[in-house]
Amino acid sequence: MSTIQVQAPGLQTTVQDLGRNGFGPIGVSPSGAADPISLRLGNRLVSNDESAPGLEVMLIGGTFVFPEGAILALTGSDFGAMLDDVRLKEGTSAEVQPGQTLRLGPTSSGARCYVCVHGGIAVTSFLGSASTHILSGLGGFGGRALRKGDVLRIGSATKPFRKRTIAPHALEHLSRRNVLRVTPGPQVDWFSESSLRSFYVGAYRVGEQSNRMGLRLEGASVTQRGAGEMITEGVSLGAIQVPAGGLPIILFVEQQTTGGYPKIANVISADLHRVGQLRPRDEIRFEQVTFDKARSLLIEQEKLLVSRELILA
Amino acid sequence: MQTWTTDSAQFQPASDQSLLVYFGQQITVVAHQRVRKLLRLLEREPIAGVRNLNPAYCSILISFNALQLSHGDLEEILRGYLDRLDAMQIPEERELQIPVCYGAEFGPDLNEVAALHGMTPAQAIELHASVTYVVYFLGFVPGFAYLGELPEALATPRLDSPRRSTPPGSVGIAGNQTGVYPFATPGGWRLIGCTPIAMFRPNREAMSFLSIGDRVRFTPISAARFAAMENA
Repeated sequence: MSTIQVQAPGLQTTVQDLGRNGFGPIGVSPSGAADPISLRLGNRLVSNDESAPGLEVMLIGGTFVFPEGAILALTGSDFGAMLDDVRLKEGTSAEVQPGQTLRLGPTSSGARCYVCVHGGIAVTSFLGSASTHILSGLGGFGGRALRKGDVLRIGSATKPFRKRTIAPHALEHLSRRNVLRVTPGPQVDWFSESSLRSFYVGAYRVGEQSNRMGLRLEGASVTQRGAGEMITEGVSLGAIQVPAGGLPIILFVEQQTTGGYPKIANVISADLHRVGQLRPRDEIRFEQVTFDKARSLLIEQEKLLVSRELILA
Repeated sequence: MQTWTTDSAQFQPASDQSLLVYFGQQITVVAHQRVRKLLRLLEREPIAGVRNLNPAYCSILISFNALQLSHGDLEEILRGYLDRLDAMQIPEERELQIPVCYGAEFGPDLNEVAALHGMTPAQAIELHASVTYVVYFLGFVPGFAYLGELPEALATPRLDSPRRSTPPGSVGIAGNQTGVYPFATPGGWRLIGCTPIAMFRPNREAMSFLSIGDRVRFTPISAARFAAMENA
């Protein structure tokens, strides 16, 4: 059985797949990869199912030893990966010889990169998923981020190594953007015209307190028309809620399942992976689109993601 | 943007992949029963493409795969479900007890809550343990039940600044709601006690101790009993 030994865990490295759906009635949010597109691409590069568990590395990478070797791929942001003393490029699969060491540094682009290995990371499934939910200590590897000395098991691998690369035009299409497209939130009527204008015109900075639960934004505060009291209701992934202080929060993969603050907007599905690549202090703006437009953008994106030309052998 | 069905349920897109179904905009027993009925129907006869359900006081958020369904498709299917709600049977409510050690380090806000309402801590405990609560829904984090109604004489606003972390098992109150924190999470509810019962345990058959619709009573226990139960 192949393993990965954690020599240095990095800032927050977790096991993630595409999340667990269907447990809202007991208060469990889906969790899963913050940039699910990068995880899906990484899995395709190493001949896994798209939903196989991989490692999500955040902001500062760690050091991982492969005593038995592996086939791996890195996707997402550039963490200056080195396999022993050879630079490893994102978006390409590589063969790791027994005893080699993968070193990831600090990111030089977005917030996260994914380490996918052929066979996937093997952990005990919780509610049908390998994803770590850090706040409640559930799922993934011991319900927590990796620590020095952890030993991860790699699932059984069956396919021989074939070098694969993501087509450059796909990476271009999926690249980072500082404009997030949104649809109107369910309480958009609660906000004044001038508040809505400043929400869409102004730039927001991603706050230091941001995490997988939510991204706190700094910028123009948004005020409500009246002093209405909201009844707690279910909140969707990417909802932009506005607490009493007026500074918006984007609810993210490890979000609370219900909440009592009004939502001004919601990040469209086709841009959610971009939220997973935002770093503290990044500047973003919002652009409103219709629900129909949001849906057609998602369909277009999915076409690209499942296309045969996406992965070059 | 909002549409109405014949059954006075209201549809509201929440995102490009989710739809809110509202049963009015008030916390009522009738709305709660309709939420439970629709939830049960959707669990029994799942709609292809629906990913998740988030029930709340008088609404259900339905998340779906937007590659498979549009808001319009889903609304059309849901109208058929809503027409059948009246005929839906829901199981008889379970009655459960939650033992609570009130005050001191178990409930650091008890004295302040009592003082706010001009009563003694003992009176506040008696009042909190005097009524049967309804589990309106579970939300926020795994296993967190929104319980109501708190006796009006105990209704207390949230803390001005939430705690960074509340000990697991803490019993809190906020407005006319009460609830138990299953995990060490940030929280703005005022803590009046703590239970030794694990509200959410992944290796238990029913992971969540409480389910939507349950009836719950809190029973005061001593610190010694708390320690004994916690170690059991």
